[in-house]
Amino acid sequence: MNVFKKLVLVSAISLCFAPLSYAEMSIEITEGVESATPIAIVPFASQGAPLDLNSVVSSDLARSGYFKPLSPQNMPSRPSTADEIRFPEWRGLGQNYIVIGRVQSNGAQYNIEFELFDVAKGESLLGYRMSSSTADLRKTAHHISDLIYERLMGKKGVFSGRIAYITSTRQGTQSTHQLMVADADGANAKAIAISPEPLMSPAWSPDAARIAYVSFEKKSAAIYTQILATGQRERVAEFPGINGAPAWSPDGTKLAVTLSKDGSPDIYILDLGSRNVTKLTKNRAIDTEPTWSPDGRNIVFTSDRGGKPQLYVIPSQGGEERRITFSGSYNARASFSPDGRYITMVHGNGGDYRIGVMDVNSKSISVLTSGPLDESPSFAPNGSMVLYASRKGSTGYLSAVSIDGKMQQKLVFDSAEVREPAWSPK
Amino acid sequence: MKFNHKMAMLALFSVLALAGCSSDEEKDASLTDGSLNGANGIGDASTSGLNGGSSFGGSGLNGGRYGARGANGLPPEFSDPNNPLSKRTIYFMLDSSQVQQDFIPVIAAHARYLLANPSQHIVLEGNGDERGSREYNIALGEQRAKSVAGMLKAQGVSESQLSVVSYGEEKPVAMGHDESSWELNRRVELAY
Repeated sequence: MNVFKKLVLVSAISLCFAPLSYAEMSIEITEGVESATPIAIVPFASQGAPLDLNSVVSSDLARSGYFKPLSPQNMPSRPSTADEIRFPEWRGLGQNYIVIGRVQSNGAQYNIEFELFDVAKGESLLGYRMSSSTADLRKTAHHISDLIYERLMGKKGVFSGRIAYITSTRQGTQSTHQLMVADADGANAKAIAISPEPLMSPAWSPDAARIAYVSFEKKSAAIYTQILATGQRERVAEFPGINGAPAWSPDGTKLAVTLSKDGSPDIYILDLGSRNVTKLTKNRAIDTEPTWSPDGRNIVFTSDRGGKPQLYVIPSQGGEERRITFSGSYNARASFSPDGRYITMVHGNGGDYRIGVMDVNSKSISVLTSGPLDESPSFAPNGSMVLYASRKGSTGYLSAVSIDGKMQQKLVFDSAEVREPAWSPK
Repeated sequence: MKFNHKMAMLALFSVLALAGCSSDEEKDASLTDGSLNGANGIGDASTSGLNGGSSFGGSGLNGGRYGARGANGLPPEFSDPNNPLSKRTIYFMLDSSQVQQDFIPVIAAHARYLLANPSQHIVLEGNGDERGSREYNIALGEQRAKSVAGMLKAQGVSESQLSVVSYGEEKPVAMGHDESSWELNRRVELAY
C-alpha cells in the first residue's frame, strides 16, 4: 500500500482550561493510507445541541487516517432519515458509506440516533439510539466514532479513550510541571497534578480509574496513585533513593516499580493492599522500567547488566532472567500490546533513538519512526497504534504511528514541553 | 432499521467525572494545594521553600556551573572563581558515571571542606542529558551522584553529611538539543 503525505488540521479545540494548563493542541495526520475510504457524515438534524456531533465524528474518522469524510458543503442533500437518502447521488460522488443522525433535546438530556449505510448496497449496517447529558455530548460523539470504526474496520475504535502526558513550562528559573489528562483528540485537557518539581512516568490502572506517577515535589522521588474522578491520591512508595517507573499489574492490585533502597536500582513488586514490597531482580547493574505481560505472568524490564541497556524478561513471581533483545545498541522502556503479541520500546543505535516494535515470538524488531529523539512508546487500547513522544528542533510533541508504520499523526501543543504520553487502557 | 437499546445506557460516560469545567477547576486547585503543601505535611513553609530559597544552583544556565549561591551564607571561597569550591558541578561523559580526571581536585576540595565542617550537609543531585529513556536516565543520574558520593566518602566525609537524589533528564540547565547542551546536562550538582 502506498503512503502519501498530507496535512490535515483537524482540531484545535480545548473546551475548558484548567488553571495553568497550556493545553491548546492540534492534530496533523502526517502520513495516511492512500486508500482512505470516502464516507459522508451528514450534519445531524439537531434541535439546538451545543455541539455538532457529526463534526466530532468526522474529525475522529479523518484523524484515524483510514477515512476521508466528505465536506458538508459538497453534499447534494442533507438527509436525516433513511427514507430521505437518495443513494444514487452519493454513489455518484464516490462515497462508500453515509452516516445520518438526529439529535433531540429532552429536558437536560439529548436523545441521539444515528445510522450507517453502505451506499453501494443501499443497506443499513449499524444504528443506535443513545442519550447524553450536555456535558457528555463530546464523549457520545467519540463513542459514535468508535461504533462506526469497529463496524467498518473490524477492530475497536480508540476515539473515546483518553491520554495522560506530562507538560513542563519554564519562566526564568521557575518550572511548572503538570500531569495532564485529555481526550484522545486532545480536547478537554486538564491538569490533574501541578508541581514546581518534576512529575514523571504516568501509568493508567487497568480500569482507567487511577493513574500512578512519580513526583519530586518533596525534592526526592515518591510514587503516588491518584483517583481521576476525585483527585484523591496516596503516596505508595517513598524509599530512600529511586522510586520510579510504576507499572500496574493486569489485575490492578500491584505495581511493579524501580527502587534503589538497597543499592543499585532493581525491580520490586509493590502490593497496593498491604504495601509490602518484594524484590524481583537482584542484579548489581541498573534494572528499571518494568512492564507486565497482559497475562500477568512475566515482567519485561530494561537492564544494562550486559553493558548497554537491553530488554530482559523475568517471571513476575520470580525466577530466571533472560535477555530478549539482541539487535540495536540500546533497547529500553518496553510496553506490551494489549494482546501480548508485541512489545514496543525505545530502540537506539549510535545516539539515534527511535520507536521499535518487537514480535514477541520471532523476536524481530521493526523500526516505526525516524528519530532521533523518540521516547516513551505505549500502545493504543486496540493495539493498532503506538503513541510516543518526539522532538523536532526545539518543539517537543506527541505522535502516534500505526504498528505497520504506514500511518502517522502528530499532536502538537502550542506552548509547553510535552512528553511521556500514555493511552488509557479503555 | 434496528436500534440497539442497551446502548441507551451510555450513562457510563458520567463515571468519567472529568466533565464540567468550573467544578473541575475547584478540584484542581485543592489538589494542587495538596501536592504542594499537604503532602509535605509542613504547610506553607514548604511551599515557599519550594519556590523561594531554591537549593538548586542548577536552575539557571550559569548558576548551575558556578553556583549562584555565594550570597546564601556560604563562606567567600565559594564565590571566588579561583577556588575549586566555587565549582559545584561535576560533568560526565555520555552514558558514563565515571568521574573524569579534571574534577578530582574539585571533589577533593569539597571533601576537605566537609571534613572541616562536619555539621555541613550536602545533596548530590545527579542529572543526565535528554537522550534515551527517562527512567533509565534517572538510574544513570543516581549512579553519577553515587560515584561522587563514593569519592567524598573515600576521603573521609561522613555518610550522614551526604544525600543523593537523581533527577535524570528532568532538570536540564541547558535547553538546547545538541552536544553543547547535552554535555552541560550530564552532571552532578553539589547543593549546599
